[in-house]
Amino acid sequence: MSDYYWSILNGALLTVAVSLAALAVSIVLGLMGAAAKLSGNKPLVGLATVYTTIIRGIPELVLMLLVFYGGSIGINTLLEMSGTGITLDIEPFSAGVLTLGFIYGAYMTETFRGAILSIPRGQFEAAAAFGMGPVQAFLRITLPQMVRYALPGFTNNWLVLIKATALISLIGLQEMTYLAKQASAATRSPFAFFLFTAALFLLYTWASLSALRWLHARYSLGTKRGEL
Amino acid sequence: MDWEVIFRPESLALYGEGILTTLWLLVSSLVIGAVLAVLFALALTGPWKWLERLVGAYTFVIRGTPLLIQIYMIYYGLGQLEWIQARWDDVWPWTHFKDPAFCALLAFSLNTAGYTAEMLAGAIRETHAGEIESAQAFGMSRFQVMLRIVLPSAMRRTLPPYSNEVVMMLHSTSLASAVPGLLDVTAAASRIYSDFYLPFEAYLAAAAIYLCATFCLIGLFRLAERHFLAHLAPRRH
Repeated sequence: MSDYYWSILNGALLTVAVSLAALAVSIVLGLMGAAAKLSGNKPLVGLATVYTTIIRGIPELVLMLLVFYGGSIGINTLLEMSGTGITLDIEPFSAGVLTLGFIYGAYMTETFRGAILSIPRGQFEAAAAFGMGPVQAFLRITLPQMVRYALPGFTNNWLVLIKATALISLIGLQEMTYLAKQASAATRSPFAFFLFTAALFLLYTWASLSALRWLHARYSLGTKRGEL
Repeated sequence: MDWEVIFRPESLALYGEGILTTLWLLVSSLVIGAVLAVLFALALTGPWKWLERLVGAYTFVIRGTPLLIQIYMIYYGLGQLEWIQARWDDVWPWTHFKDPAFCALLAFSLNTAGYTAEMLAGAIRETHAGEIESAQAFGMSRFQVMLRIVLPSAMRRTLPPYSNEVVMMLHSTSLASAVPGLLDVTAAASRIYSDFYLPFEAYLAAAAIYLCATFCLIGLFRLAERHFLAHLAPRRH
């Protein structure tokens, strides 16, 4: 019996890994999306708008199934057409990371866009007046200030992302939800195993919430708070 | 790409059945969830500390764990308890726990109730002190203030975030396909995929259906906001 609990705990490591990897993908996509939306370049704005609108209108599960089952067939058809004779299989881990990263990238785009818009314009003008290039201005001026504005939305996205990792069990990734389901089928005591998994998820969300609160306090140092 | 299979009458009928199941799950869980949410929100903002803690713990657990686990817990988990096993053959309401549709509906309702309750409680707490004071000055009782002043205004202000919750709920109903024996849009797509080995077309069609439904819901909420939140809209002259 206790072996099953250990294997679920092991699966928790995979849950953490898959969520962090998806987070990394979504942050990169989110920054790119926000940059595209704020660029003022019509085709780029249109592309980013289509991306955020469509992704946020389709359930995560359907997208995941589409990428996992449809993606491997699509890639292999392409490879076949190119005549290389290589076959490529999408495993559940990368399908899950890519899909979740792609989906939450759309939510991050909106969060980051709002955060960048919250920074006073004068900051960018001052950076330009100091002779900073766009990259320098982003790293030194925009990034440190947008963290504070982005964190509340970011925290929400992150918590939803953590919970969405449970869906990857449905395409066969052996993370904790998958292992809990297997354990419950083998031992016929599903309640205990699902309760244990739920507690682990709760621990994970609670720990991230505390960490992000600390980060928010850290990035809000020196900001004046209005008092009523 | 082979779209002819998707547009064959049998496939369309399968998707049609899926749409009906999805809509049925969505509407019923939203109705049950909304009723529960109002009660929970009142408990969260009410005078009884112990009730507030209890409901607070409930929303914390519901919002901190994946819906998939909640569904598994109700569908597979509760059947393990002997207390329920002893009853689910003949004692109402426990007979329903053998029915996958009921289990999914229960999980969805409890889930959306947790999220909506926190939204509504937030709006209730933010009610202008002046509104409540003037209601009291009119001699309204605590119950009357709640019923006539606080709840109507808080519910209106919850409308924008609630539209997000409804769209999330529409997407969450796709998890019904994880329960055997329920044929929602996602399960219909999965069946077409496994019958014809056409994953791309099958799931793309499902995605298009969800996308349309999402846009319809957003449009409906925009109309509702124009009606119920007209007094908060920016001045147009």
